[in-house]
Parts: sequence; C-alpha cells; structure tokens
Amino acid sequence: MREVAIIGAGMTRFGELWNQSLRQMFVEAAAEALNDAGADRIDSMYVGCMSGGQFTGQEHLGPLMADQFGMAGVASVHVESACASGGVALRQAFIEVASGMSDLVLAVGIEKMTDGADVTNVLATAADQELEVYYGVTFPGLYAMIARAHMQAYGTTEEDLAWVSVKNHRHGAKNEKAQFPSEFTVEQVMSSSMVAEPLRLLHCSPVSDGAAAVLLCPLDQAKDYTDKPVKIVGSSLATGSLALADREDPAFLDSVQKSGEGAYKMAGVGPRDIQVAEVHDCFSIAEICCIEALGFVERGKGGPAAREGFTAIGGCIPVNTSGGLKAKGHPVGATGVAQAIEIFRQLRGEAGARQVENARLGLAQNMGGSGASSVVHIFQGV
Amino acid sequence: MAGIVGYGAYIPRKRIKADEIARQWGKNPETIKRGLLLQEKSVPGFDEDTITISVAAGRSAIARAGIDPQKIGALYIGSESHPYAVKPSGTVAAEALGIGPEVHIADFEFACKAGTEAMFVALGLVEAGRVDYAMGIGADTSQGAPDDALEFSASAGGAAFVFGRDGIVAEVVETYSYTSDTADFWRREGEFYPRHGGRFTGEPAYFKHVLAASRAILEKTGLKAEDFAYAVFHMPNGKFPLSAGKQLGFKKEQLETGWIVPTMGNTYSGSSPTGLAAILDVAKPDDLILITSFGSGAGSDSFVLKATKRLPEVQGLAPTVRSMLDGPRQYMTYGEYAKFREKIIVNE
Repeated sequence: MREVAIIGAGMTRFGELWNQSLRQMFVEAAAEALNDAGADRIDSMYVGCMSGGQFTGQEHLGPLMADQFGMAGVASVHVESACASGGVALRQAFIEVASGMSDLVLAVGIEKMTDGADVTNVLATAADQELEVYYGVTFPGLYAMIARAHMQAYGTTEEDLAWVSVKNHRHGAKNEKAQFPSEFTVEQVMSSSMVAEPLRLLHCSPVSDGAAAVLLCPLDQAKDYTDKPVKIVGSSLATGSLALADREDPAFLDSVQKSGEGAYKMAGVGPRDIQVAEVHDCFSIAEICCIEALGFVERGKGGPAAREGFTAIGGCIPVNTSGGLKAKGHPVGATGVAQAIEIFRQLRGEAGARQVENARLGLAQNMGGSGASSVVHIFQGV
Repeated sequence: MAGIVGYGAYIPRKRIKADEIARQWGKNPETIKRGLLLQEKSVPGFDEDTITISVAAGRSAIARAGIDPQKIGALYIGSESHPYAVKPSGTVAAEALGIGPEVHIADFEFACKAGTEAMFVALGLVEAGRVDYAMGIGADTSQGAPDDALEFSASAGGAAFVFGRDGIVAEVVETYSYTSDTADFWRREGEFYPRHGGRFTGEPAYFKHVLAASRAILEKTGLKAEDFAYAVFHMPNGKFPLSAGKQLGFKKEQLETGWIVPTMGNTYSGSSPTGLAAILDVAKPDDLILITSFGSGAGSDSFVLKATKRLPEVQGLAPTVRSMLDGPRQYMTYGEYAKFREKIIVNE
C-alpha cells in the first residue's frame, strides 16, 4: 500500500442553506478543495450521501456531481452508510489511492435535509425497519434508550449529558462554519424542551444542509500541491447489529470500539497518543459512548469527561473542537468528511481560536444509525 | 392626498388559552408561551364567520368615517376563510352595511396579506378619482390543523378601513409592495387545513419579505425607524414581529401597541390590519405609523401613515381593539373549541 495524504479541503457553511441546492453545495465544497490544493483534475471521486433520494428526490449522485463539477467522464460513485456515508467515502478514496489505482481522488460528503422531507422518518430508514421502525421507534428514541442504559449502568446524570452540549457549543462558538455558533449554560440545556426522555432539544444535533470535500493523493506526490499535507495513517470500518435490542450491552458501541482498534493497529498508536479528536455526537450521549469505545476514558467513565474539562480544548484530549455535530450542524452525509477537515486544520495549525497547541496526531470517528456502522481515521501532520 | 377616513375592528369574545391546547396534546405550555409568546387566542362563535366579522368591523369604520355608506363605491374583503368557495363575501357584507348596489366588489386572497391587499386596491381607486370612498377589509376565522403549531395561533377577527380624500384621519404617505414566488404555506382546493414548510416559513419567507418591504419604504420616504411613533408587522406568532421590528431598528415602545398577538392570536388576513386599528385607537395628530403585512406565497405590503387632527375626534365613536381584547371573554375547553371549530365529525 502507498502512503496517502490529504492535500486540500473545502466545505460550505453548515446550516439551513435555503438558497443552495444539493448540487450547488457540492460544487462549492469540491471546488474549494481543488483550489486549496491547486489541482486542476481528479482521477476519481466518491460522493457520501445518506439519502439524496428521500430528502430531495435525487439519486445517481456519482455522475450528477461529476457533471455539475465539470468533470463528466471521471469515475464517480455514491456511497451510503447512513450518517457514516461521509467517513466511508473518505475511506474508499483512501483505499483507491493507497492501492495505486488512482492518484488524485476526491471524497465529498453532502446532505440537503431542509427540502421539505419528513426528516425524522427519512433518518429512521437507517434503523432496523422490521425490528425497530415498525414499532414506531425514532433515532431520538433509540439514543434515549442508550442514555437510560448508560445512566442505569454507570450512574451517568442528566447534568453529565448537558455538559457535552455546553462544551461543544463553547467550541462551536469559535467556528465560523457552524450552524449554531452560540454558547449555552447547563441550565439552558437542562430546561430546553424534552424530545425523548432524558434527551432534550439541546442534547440533539440539528437538521442541517452542507457539503464537505477533501482531496487525496499519494504522500510522495503531496509536495507538488501543498507544503502541509496531512497523512492518513489509519483507516478502519466496522459494523454491528442494526437493531439496538440485538446488542449484548446497549450502553456500549461495539462497532466504534472495533473501528477504533483497527485504526490504532494500522497507525501503530494507541488512544493516549491522540491529541485531538472529532467523534460522532449526534446526541450528547453518543459522545459519551464514543469516547469510551475509543479508549479515551475507561468504560463507564465517559459521563463526567465533559464536565471535568477532560475533553475540552485545553483538556487532556480535546474532543469535537469544531463544535461537533451538536453546534457545527449535522448534514448527515457531510459529517464524516467535515470531521476529517477539522482534524486536517488542527494538524496544520490552521484552526484559529480553537487550535489545539502542537497537535500532531488526530482522530475522526463517524457512525451510522445507533452505531451499526462506524468508521475511524487517524491523521498525522507531516 | 388620500387616506383612511374611518376604521373599525372586531374580535370575537370566545377564547382558548395556550395551556388548554397544550394540555390536550401533551405539550409543555411553558415552551409555547415562552417560545412563541402566545397566551391565548380568539375563537369564532357558531354564528361568526369572515362575513360577520367584516360587517362588525365595517360598521365601526363607517361610524368613524361619518359618511353615508351609499357613497362607498368599492368594497374589498381579503381573507383565507371566505365562507363560500364560489359566491362573494363582499356582496353579503355590502348589503348588511347599506352599501351599493352601485358598488364594485371583489373578494381577495393572498394568504395573510389579503387584508392589506384589499386596502391597497381601495386606496388606489380613491387616489385615481374613480370612487369617492372605498372600503378595504382584512378578516379571517383562521384554520390550523389539530396538533399543528398553528393551532396555538390561528384565531378570528379583522379590521375595516374606509379610504377617501375628505375627512382623513390618517394620510397615506407612501406604499410599497414586495413579492416573490415562495411556497412557505399553502392550502390546496378542497383541503380543510393549511400546510406549511416548518422553519422555511421563517427566514426565507416572513423575514425576507417583511424586512425587504419595510426597508424599501423607509428608503423611499427617507424616514428612519426613530421617526415613527408606532410600527406593526404581520403577527404569525409573538416572536416574529418583535424580531423583525428589532432588526429594523424599532424599539419595544414603538411596537407594543400594535403587538396584539399574545392574547388575540394570528387572525391571518386580519392580523396586521387589526394591529393598525389598535394603533389608530391611541395615536395622536402627526404621529407616523408603519404597517407591513406578510402573506405566504409570498409578499408584503407596507404603508406609511400620518395621523391627522381629525383622528382623536373619531377614536371614541366605536369600540377600540383593546376594549374587545381585554373586555368580557368566554374561555372554552378544548372539547368546546373542537366542537365550535367543527373538528368533531357528527352525523348529518
């Protein structure tokens, strides 16, 4: 396998982008990534999108986006793994460059969620239709069950959950691309509207539009494009049962642990070597479960991490410096690539007010459903 | 110079509180009251509809104008809830008000701005000299589907304005209309309840049009927010008009008189016109007033008005908006409300 680097990145602002369609967002992010690297061609691209079909009626995104981008003719395919679609697109691009098949491969994540579709129902198609959705379960409901299981097993409190949102909004307030760049107090989070007990409105990531793109090439060609490439040193994708009820422990995300272990092994590092991480906080409880499964804290000890500042900027392992899905926004298919871009910026020292000092090794973890798929990438500054 | 020579409003006595609606659907009433700034709303009685509201408001308008209704050469009613799909509301109202038969009549529809649309056309005919007096009315018995956020706001009421050149109580200094094809809220033929695009009704619809029309009329007149004594914006909920006002530089004191939505609800086509009536109830000579409506689909009409010396003479000639809002009220349970709003299916 060849060593692979990210040489350029681009993304739209995340939010309710009423005046931008799926294809317009794509072109904005993709063009920015190519311009960032000074590249004028690509060999191939992967479009990560959860459900262009149900959100906007548009499928067949591979050729559509290649054409819209003025690149008709190149290999281009849509990949889907629910909310992990972006992370999986990045992994496919990484594999294609690493294999020697192509040199310049673009990975794009994209989602247009505000086009009038019933968002809760579209998202629920990522849960088990026969075992979960048939009975009326939605994602806020599933994560509420995970939260209850975690509270019961480890004594995690509603205040612990609230601190995850408080911390991520503090980080997000420093991100000009964030949908909600505003800070909240614990009291505000804990008095927001109840969505699915114990999860309140400010425990939940928002409905968002957005696109994010990164351009990959072999490390030995990276200097042709940039002085500051970022190496992808680990990539791993793991799966678990779609239905929460089929898992041994509903308070633990096995696929996240497996994908983390795979990426650590490939990179030859461990959780204590990671200096900055983006994890999939679609709900506040998800961040708590992810930092446990990734080994940043011991199993069952994720609850107090945000409250104690362990995962804040300036803490032992800053998590979700971008604001996470909570504050930055969660255009589902775009999220995995946007996470990689945050780590890319951090490792290049370009994260501005939210920069983690001297960060050399970073991790991005992106998952689908209630943790049925999880993809982890580990990045190293060059 | 043409302007308003008489005005009147009507708000039904029946009310339902936000707490009662929230209780029915298992919602937290504090979230509604705090988030949408809605306390209660008016509900039409069994014998009240857009036509009766128009007649009640129209009578007050004619009383304040002090004119022979036979001199009114045009009558336009804007509403989302005309009782008939085919057959005008205006003919019934005209007959009851003693207007016509030498009169031009049309019913208008432009979601929540149908009322200012009627006012706009009535004013135009007077300015053109085609008629001596013309009446524009905005009135609604608004629809909102059960368990929709609209149920907390959709209410009943309206206001009527007689335009003329003699005996003006508020001169029309300027008008401005801003319109685009924006599908934020709609009800198709044969459907009982409107549908809407959720958060799409906010920034790209309400705020885009209200702010654009208001900014344009300020620029056209060379006026600034601080020059006005009062301003009123369409009131789909309590929050939007305050936010629009703030963005335009208006202060709370300029907005609160016309901001009647917390206890009246959203009377759709009657919303900003009734807010204007509440302002005319208390305005003093030379006060400048801004009104900007909003109708989904979408568009906004703005008027800059200037009160005259005659206004204080007519304010007491008919019931004020505040007297109807704060006067005798009959509170309903959700069950009574469901019956009155024909949400219960009964056999013929």
